[in-house]
Amino acid sequence: MGFPDRIERTVEIAQPPAKVWAALTTAEGLNAWFGTEASIDLRPGGSARMRFDNGSTVHMRVERVEEPTVFGYTWQVYGLPEDDLRRTYVEFTLQPAGAGTRLTVVESGFAQLPGDAYRAAYDANAQGWASELGELVDYLNAAA
Amino acid sequence: MPPPDVEAIAEQVFAALADPSRRAILAALASEGPATATDLAARLPITRQAIAKHLVLLAEAGLVTAEPGERRRVRYRLRSAPMRVAQQFLAALARDWDGQLDALKEHLDRQARGSEEQ
Repeated sequence: MGFPDRIERTVEIAQPPAKVWAALTTAEGLNAWFGTEASIDLRPGGSARMRFDNGSTVHMRVERVEEPTVFGYTWQVYGLPEDDLRRTYVEFTLQPAGAGTRLTVVESGFAQLPGDAYRAAYDANAQGWASELGELVDYLNAAA
Repeated sequence: MPPPDVEAIAEQVFAALADPSRRAILAALASEGPATATDLAARLPITRQAIAKHLVLLAEAGLVTAEPGERRRVRYRLRSAPMRVAQQFLAALARDWDGQLDALKEHLDRQARGSEEQ
């Protein structure tokens, strides 16, 4: 077993769930620790985005909003091109723990195989480039 | 458990990349497009025989496909689908939740200290 499909971490935070919730689900909160120029439409199906220090922008789709216990979203697989259709699912779970919060984050879907439809589309795309370049060459030759 | 073929595909990609000659061949196909063994031998400091052997192995692993080229020569083209599977593996390793969660904790601690001082 070498391919991690799922990453899971749990941390204890000294602040109550309401504070943690705000840090996870508001643009102001996200800007303070995660990315910059964050925007978020906090409802299932709503879109959110953030910029990272390296200049890349990540687009998220809000999936679960159960204040103040569950916040989930999908986003592009880290490091893959923007046109790649695969996405991983990130879910934060907040549990009260004394005066603080036990926060669990699970990101899953790394081991998904590109579907047949995806593969067909991709191979078609690669073929498409070769034939489009061929057509460009023909066009330029005809014009010359 | 993930389906076993994800694992197998990633393993083939990384095994291919572990060898410097195969890395050079894949890099040449990626940067300059489909090529015959002879084309590659002209470009790389590897004998034509060695290149042909590596290309057979890469084709068996599905990392390149053979197609008819000019003058009845076989041309090899990079197949990107397995590379994309391997990229996912790297994505999981590159995801830094430990660092992000530390940043979240620091942010909340700072915030709490700020409101105590007010």
